[in-house]
Amino acid sequence: MTAVAEPEVGRARLRKEDARLITGRTRWTDNLSLPGMLHLAFLRSPVAHARISKIDTSAAKQKPGVIAVVTGADVAEEQGSLPCAWPITEDIKIPNAPSLAVDEVNFAGEAVAAVVARSAAEAVDALEAIDVEYDELPVVLDMNEALAEGADLVHPELGTNKCATWVFDSAEAGSGGAIDDAIAQADVVLERTFRQQRLIPSFMEPRSVLVDPTGEQITVWSATQIPHILKWMISAVTGVPETKVRVIAPDVGGGFGGKLQVTPEEIITFLMARRLGRPVKWTETRSESMQSAHHGRDQIQKITLAAASDGTLKGLKVELLADMGAYLRLVTPGVPILGAFMFNAIYKMDAYRFECTNVFTNKTPTDAYRGAGRPEATFAIERMMDELAAELGRDPIDLRRQNWIKHEEFPFTTVAGLTYDSGNYEAATAKALELFGYDALRQEQRERRERGDTVQLGIGVSTYTEMCGLAPSRVLGALRYAAGGWEHASIRMLPTGKVEVITGTSPHGQGHETAWSQIVADRLGVPFEDVEVLHGDTAASHKGMDSYGSRSLAVGGTALVMAADRVIEKAKKLAAHMLECSEDDIEFSGGKLTVRGTDKATDIQSVALHAHVAHDLPEGMEASLDSEATFDPENFSYPHGTHLCAVEVDTETGQVKIRSYVCVDDVGTVVNPLIVEGQVHGGVAQGIAQALFEDAVHDESGTLTTGTFADYLLPSAADLPSFVTDRTETPATTNPLGAKGVGEAGTIAATPAVVNAIVDAVRHLGVDDIEMPCTPMRVWRAVHSGTRAEGGPGGEAGGGLGSIDASGGAQ
Amino acid sequence: MRITTTVDGTSYTDDVEPRMLLVQYLREKLGKVGTVVGCDTSNCGACTVHMDGQSVKSCSVLAVQADGREITTIEGLSADGQLHPVQQAFHDSHALQCGFCTPGMIMQAVDLLKENPDPDEEEIRAGLEGNLCRCTGYQNIVRAVRAAADKMQPSAAPEAETSREPVGASMPSEVAQS
Repeated sequence: MTAVAEPEVGRARLRKEDARLITGRTRWTDNLSLPGMLHLAFLRSPVAHARISKIDTSAAKQKPGVIAVVTGADVAEEQGSLPCAWPITEDIKIPNAPSLAVDEVNFAGEAVAAVVARSAAEAVDALEAIDVEYDELPVVLDMNEALAEGADLVHPELGTNKCATWVFDSAEAGSGGAIDDAIAQADVVLERTFRQQRLIPSFMEPRSVLVDPTGEQITVWSATQIPHILKWMISAVTGVPETKVRVIAPDVGGGFGGKLQVTPEEIITFLMARRLGRPVKWTETRSESMQSAHHGRDQIQKITLAAASDGTLKGLKVELLADMGAYLRLVTPGVPILGAFMFNAIYKMDAYRFECTNVFTNKTPTDAYRGAGRPEATFAIERMMDELAAELGRDPIDLRRQNWIKHEEFPFTTVAGLTYDSGNYEAATAKALELFGYDALRQEQRERRERGDTVQLGIGVSTYTEMCGLAPSRVLGALRYAAGGWEHASIRMLPTGKVEVITGTSPHGQGHETAWSQIVADRLGVPFEDVEVLHGDTAASHKGMDSYGSRSLAVGGTALVMAADRVIEKAKKLAAHMLECSEDDIEFSGGKLTVRGTDKATDIQSVALHAHVAHDLPEGMEASLDSEATFDPENFSYPHGTHLCAVEVDTETGQVKIRSYVCVDDVGTVVNPLIVEGQVHGGVAQGIAQALFEDAVHDESGTLTTGTFADYLLPSAADLPSFVTDRTETPATTNPLGAKGVGEAGTIAATPAVVNAIVDAVRHLGVDDIEMPCTPMRVWRAVHSGTRAEGGPGGEAGGGLGSIDASGGAQ
Repeated sequence: MRITTTVDGTSYTDDVEPRMLLVQYLREKLGKVGTVVGCDTSNCGACTVHMDGQSVKSCSVLAVQADGREITTIEGLSADGQLHPVQQAFHDSHALQCGFCTPGMIMQAVDLLKENPDPDEEEIRAGLEGNLCRCTGYQNIVRAVRAAADKMQPSAAPEAETSREPVGASMPSEVAQS
C-alpha cells in the first residue's frame, strides 16, 4: 500500500471508535473485574456544615462480606490534602482538603467513611450500620451574605469566606485606558447584574475507579479526562513514587470538564487497595455523582458597559463573585480567571477592568465545566450588547458590526492584552444571517407585536469568540497555574509498515483515534486504516497533559505533525542511503521517497522495514524512524462565530419554544467535518440547557434538591430542536494545522443567543432580563409584572419537561 | 431465588437475591457489561434492553421478573457478526460520541421502529425521550433512526430484530461532506 489519493485532513471520515461502542464491546472502568477484587462504597454527610462528634464503625465491620471500614481519622496520616493546582494570587486562602472528612464536614455529600466489602451490595449495606453524630454548624450558602461583616465562616481557621480577589485593569496592564475615565466620558452607561446558575456537568458515565496494587506498579483505571495529571497528583498526595503508579483511562463516557479532577474517591480507593493488597473498585451512583462530583459556573456578575451615543463602546467593568463551594479542587479558583480576558470579546473599546472575588460556601466544590469561565464572559457581554442596542434603538447585529474587530485588523491586540491571530466576524455573521432568514423573521416579529399575538417571536444574537487550545506554558505560569500547557506525541514506525501513534491527549468521546489517524495518514502518506492511535495509558503514553479546554487538536495535533515531520526527516536520510543519492535529492510526497528527477523511489513502509532490520544503515544512524515531539503553543487559539436563535414565547403560559437555531462557527481548519459538526451540536445543546433547563438548587440547609436526573433537567431529544450548522474557515496562524478548537464553542455561544431571544420576544412588554434557567414560571412572571426583579431569583428548578414543584429557596 | 432466563440466545439458570436488578444480573452474574448503568432513577435509559421483544429499562426490572423471559441486549443485537441496521445507522450518521448512552439508545430505537416503522422527526424525538445523551444534542441520533427506518423498509416490523447486514461489507469509512 502506498499513498492515499486525496487529502485525509478535511474528510468526513466515519469514526474508528464506533465499532466497539455500538456493539457493547467496550471497556468502561466499571466493566473491569480482577481476581480477588473488592468493592468500596462511601458514606456521605447528609448535612452541609457540622463537626463530627462521633463515628462508630464497629457494627459495620461485623456486617456480612465486609473487609474494612475506615474513617478520615483512620487515613489521616496517608491521605494528605487534595491538590489545588491554581493558586491564583499570592494571598489566596486554601483550606485543607482531606479526601475523607476528619473532624468537620463542609458540604452535604462530603465523604466521611468508606467500606470495603466482597460485593458492591454488601459494601452499601454496611454503610447503614455506621453511626455518625454531627454537631451542626451554621450553613453559609449565599455569596453576598458570606462576605458580609460578621458572617458565619465555612472555614473558621481561614478567618474569612473570601478565598481570593483577582484583578485585571487595562490601565495598569498598559493595554488600554482607565475604566473610570471611560465611564465618566460615556453618553450611555448600562449596569446589569446576571446570575450564572450552578450547573452539574452530568457526563453520562458515572465516575469509577479500580486500583490493582498487586503488581510492582500500582495500576489505577479511572473514568478520568486526565490520566497523566492524575498519576502525578496521586504521587504528590500520597507520597508513593510516581514510578510506582500507572494510570489508565480506558473508554471514558464523557467529561465536559467534570472529569478534569483529582477526586477524593480516587485517592481513598488507591489507599485502600494498597492497604489491603487487593484490587478495589468504586463506582458511583448518579445521585452520589450529582452531590459530590464538582459542579460548574455559579457566579454573580455585575456588569457596567459604557458607550457613546452613536453606539461606540468606551469601556467595560466586570465585578464578579464566584462560588468556590467548600474546597478548592484542581483548578477551582482559576475557572473565573479563564473568563477574565474574554468579557471584551470581539469588540474594540478603550478601557476594561475585571475584578473577581472567589467565595467559600458550604456547597459542593465548583470547577471546570464545558467552557469554564468563557461561557460566563460571553453571556455577560452578549446580553449587554443586546441591552445597549435596545437602549439606543439600534439593531443588535448592526451595533455589534460597528464595534467588532474588522477582518483586516488581525492580528489584533485587545484591551485585555490578548492578541487574536485571525478571524472574520463579517463573513460568519453574513452567512448566519442568510441561513437564518433574519429580515423575514424580524418582519414576522413586527406583525405578531402589532396584532398582539399571545405567542411572541424573539430573535437572539451571539457573536462570540473564545480563547482555547490551553495553553502557552509561559502564560499559565504567569497566571500562577502549577503546570504547563504543552502536549506530546510520538510515532512508532512498525516493521510491517503499520504506524502506532501515541498521544498525550486523552479523548472521552472526541474521536481522536479517527482524527489523529487522518493527520498522520496525510503527513506520512500511509493508509488511514494502517494507523492505530494509543492513548490514556501512562505506560504506553508516558507524557501528556490530557484533554480539556479545547486543546487536543490545536496543541496535541500539532505535536503529532511535528513528530511526523521528524519521521520523514529520518526516512529521507535512510532513503538516500538506500537509493544511493544525496539526502538533498530525496523528495517526499504521499508516502513516496523519490530521487529528484528520476523514477528511482521507495516508500515509507520499505524504509521503516529497512530501519527496523538495521542491516545497512548510514553511518551514525539509529535503527529507528520512531520520533516524538512536544509542542508548546505560543498563543491561545480563538474560534469565533455567529449564533442566531428564534424563540416563540407563549405570553399566557411562559413556555419557550425554540423555533430555529442557526450557527456559523469558525474553528479554523477542520480535520474531520463530521466530528466538528457533532461537537457543535452537543455544545449548543448544553448551552441551550443552561438557558432553559438546568439549575443545581440547594435548600436553606444546604441540601442539593436537584440531586437526581428526575430533578436536574438534562434536555431530552423531545426538548431540543434540530440545529442548522455551517462554518467559515479562517485558519489559525499559530499552529501548522490552522486548527482553533471546537469542544467548547457551542456551549459558549448558545446560552446568550437563547436568553437574548427570549428577552427580545417580550421586551415590548417591559421585560429587560429573565434569570436563567428561563423556566415557564420565570418567563410568565416577567411578562406579567413587566419588571426584571420579578423574573429574578426563584427556587424552582428547571423547566421544559413539565417542570417539578418549586423547592428550596436558599438563593 | 432460582431463575431461568434466555439472554442473547443462551439459557441461564441462576440463584439470585430477590432485590437484584436485571441490569445487575446481566452485568455482575453474566458479564454482559455492554449494558450500562447511568442513573438510579430510570431517567437516563442507558440500561435499556429488550424483554420478550419490548424495550425495558433493566434498572427498573428485578432479575426475578426476567424468569422465563427472553432478554436481548446490545451484545445480542449484532449476533453472527452482523450489525443491526440501527447499529449501522448510528455509525453512518455519527450518532455517538462518548458512546455510553449508545447501547440503550440503540435498543430503544429498535423498539421505536418496531412500533412505528416510518416515524417523522417529532415522533422519533418523542420515542427517545426516555433516553438521555449528553454529547450529541440528539441531532445525529434522530438522523440515524430515520436512516435506519429507510433502510429497514419495506421489511415488516417484527423482522426488525433479525434483519441484519454483514459487518464491514456495508461499513463505508466516509460520508459525503455536508
